[in-house]
Formats: sequence, structure tokens, C-alpha cells
Amino acid sequence: MYEQIAANRRRSVLLIAGAVLLLAAVGWAVGAWLGSGPAGLVAATIVAGLMAVGSYRYGDRVVLASARAREVSPEEEPRLHNIVEGLAIAAGIPKPRVYVIPERAPNAFATGRDPAHASVAVTRGLLETMNRVELEGVVAHELAHVVDRDVLVGTIVATLVGAVVLLSELFLRASLWGGSGGRRRGGEPLALLAIPFLLLAPLAAQVVRFAVSRQREFLADAQGALLTRYPPGLASALRKIAGARDVPMRASHAATAHLWLSQPSRFEGERTGWLERLFSTHPPIEERIRRLEEM
Amino acid sequence: MAAVAAGAVLLYGIVTFNRLVALRTRVDNGWSQIDVQLRRRYDLIPNLVETVRGYAAHERELFERVAEARARAIDARGVAHQAQAEDQVTRGVRRLLAVAEAYPELRASAQFLALQEELTATESKIAYARQFYNDQVMRLNTLIGSFPSSLVARLFGFAPRDFFDIEEPVRGPVGVDL
Repeated sequence: MYEQIAANRRRSVLLIAGAVLLLAAVGWAVGAWLGSGPAGLVAATIVAGLMAVGSYRYGDRVVLASARAREVSPEEEPRLHNIVEGLAIAAGIPKPRVYVIPERAPNAFATGRDPAHASVAVTRGLLETMNRVELEGVVAHELAHVVDRDVLVGTIVATLVGAVVLLSELFLRASLWGGSGGRRRGGEPLALLAIPFLLLAPLAAQVVRFAVSRQREFLADAQGALLTRYPPGLASALRKIAGARDVPMRASHAATAHLWLSQPSRFEGERTGWLERLFSTHPPIEERIRRLEEM
Repeated sequence: MAAVAAGAVLLYGIVTFNRLVALRTRVDNGWSQIDVQLRRRYDLIPNLVETVRGYAAHERELFERVAEARARAIDARGVAHQAQAEDQVTRGVRRLLAVAEAYPELRASAQFLALQEELTATESKIAYARQFYNDQVMRLNTLIGSFPSSLVARLFGFAPRDFFDIEEPVRGPVGVDL
């Protein structure tokens, strides 16, 4: 279990490093094409940075509101509150705020920039379908995201990806409108490579983003199991969630898909093709269950 | 050269000292978490006894033993003694809840159900607090015990702490000594 956690961490670091390198490469490509200074890159990075700070500080409220989550008191939901409090003690963090989402599909997410500002939200369907052990497994997974500061990791990755996308698009548009073509330095073959690279970079950035998200899910599964000391709890919960895959969720959209315990379904059917896996925010649920059973 | 080596040793000493202090604080913090939950359970036990007594008055001996175990646990000092005393309390509470199973009316009463949720939750919070505490004790003791951090620990008088051990009920059939 500890080895899985360490390996997952290493892979996350590598992926973030990959996103940084990609951003640097895009910056270089833009510079090579324009043959000018890095002014555009600096401006885009500053804008992206400001957006990141904003979403880091206020993102949790936006996310909770968009899921129509309502904060519940210990009197309303004693079982849920007790489980959250117990696992917060086990993780050595303050007790997060507890929200319930009026949805039939069993699912959950955690948000908040650090353990002191964390919130855990679960759907009504989750409360109704899970027994205590399964609910503990789910909440432990969410608290693991809080302990690992996955909101921070997610913000960093989303910002880097956003900057890559923004830069590539701005530049491609500008060059299509034809303004800068004449300023290109003649005879530099690298500059010719810049265009196809800038076309592909946003795609690569999204792939990295989804890969980070999948790694963090495995990490949270392993750490959640470490908190409850009972991997079958979460495995059983995931099995139930897999069984209810056809129940759609109204309150989710692509922008928040990576937050949830399991990827919210928008349509029926399995997702197993490699292309679909490359663009999934979550690893296949069967793979997660298999890893939990091996612990 | 000598100055660089001395600087490196000093830096290591400072870093290790800070880690020791941080871990000791976490151990203390973990202990106070256990304490909070144990107190919560002390408060719940009289309620549970009263509720069960209303339906099963003849179980007087059990009620007395639970009350005794609770009093002993409240007076217990030191990690090892506390753990032992709490073990008895846990058995008593489980026994009370088991007795209640035989009384359908009691089992269905709202008051009992609320108490049961509270007690179950407190039991698991005690277990989680114990887990956190023992994890931190393990990390502290490992740091104090391994070389060369042991030198820093000895220099500043950091002592290993006791684990909060209780007998795991899964180890064998629980003796009905209550």
C-alpha cells in the first residue's frame, strides 16, 4: 500500500513537470515563429496566474453552488457527520464542512484549497445506497484528496493546461489573420515546425491533464484505504457505483467531472477504448476495484 | 573544509530537532483527540445504562460492572493503564448493546437508536484517534531510535512514547468476564 502511494506520487510529479515543459515548449514555439521577444508569453502567463489564484481562493464556492450542494447540520445527517469527523481525526485534519447534493446517482466530491477550508459533498443517492463501511470508504477517498491538496494540484495543472491552450490558440488565430507572417525570420527551419506543434499542443496538454487526474484518483484510493485500514469498503462502494452507472447526473458537466468520486455519466455504455481512456478524468472503475483488492 | 562540515552537521541537527518537535506535538495532539472521544463515551454510558434499565431491570450486575469500569477508566493515568481500562469499558458497552438486542421494544425506541448511533460513532472515532496517535508514536519512536537522529534526540532529551494498545477482539473468543 505504501509503495503504491509513493509510486503514484512520483508519477504525479512527473506529469506536472511534463505540463510545465509543454508550456515552455509552446512559449518557445511562439517566440520562434514571431522572432520577437517573450512579451506575449509573459502577458499570457500573468493572466493565467491571476485566474489560477482566483479559482484557488473561490473555486470551492462556485463548485458547490454549481452542484446545488446544501450544507447539512449534524442533527440532519448524524451518520454522515460522524463518519466525516472520525476520518478527519484519523487523517489528523480539522473536520471539513459537510454538504448533500440532491441527486439520485451515488457520487461524492471534495473541494477546498487546504485542509482548513475543505468541504465534502455527497449525493442523496450515495447516502441511500451505501452502508456504513462503504460510506466510510468513500469519505476516506475524498479526505485523501483534501490531505494531498489535490485542489492545489488540480489548479496548477488546469492553469498550465489553460495557458498552453490560450497561447496556442491566440497565436494560431493571429497568424491566420496574417499579421505576423512577414516578420518571420527567413531560413529558420525550426520556425516551420512551430505551426504543427502549436496545433497539437492543446491536445497534448489535455491528455496530460487527464493523466494527472487519473493518477490522483489512484492515489486517493490507496490513501483512503490507509485511513480506514479496510480497502474492501471502498471497493464495495465502487462496485455499487458501477452498478448504478446508468443513472445520469444533472448537476455535473465536463468542467467539474474530474472532481467527482467516479466520473459522472452523461450517456449509457462502457468506456474502454484507448482513446476514451486517454481522455477520461478517472481510471476505469474495474481497475480501481482490482487495485483495492490487491492491497 | 572543516567549516563546511561543521555547518552541515549543525544544519542536520536543526532539521532533525524541528522534526522531533513537530512529531512530539502531533503525538500530544493525537492523545488529546483520544481523550476528547473517551470523555464523550463516559458521558454517553450513563444514558445508555438508564435506557436499557427501563426495559431490562434485572441485568443489575451488568449495569454495576459497566459503571465500575467507567469509573476506573476515568481515574486511569498513563497510556498503558488507560488502554487497559478502556478495553473493559468497550466490552461493557458492547455487552449492553447485545443485551438490548433481546428487547424489540427497546431496540425500536428512537432514544435507543440515537444512542446506538452516537456510541457506534464514538467507538469508531476512538479507533481512528488511536490509529492516528499510534502512527505518530511510531514515527516519533523510529526517529528517536534510528541513527544518527538518535544523537539529536538524546542531546535534547526526547523520549520514546507508549503505544495506545488495546486487545483486539478478533484475536480470539472474547471472554465473558462482565
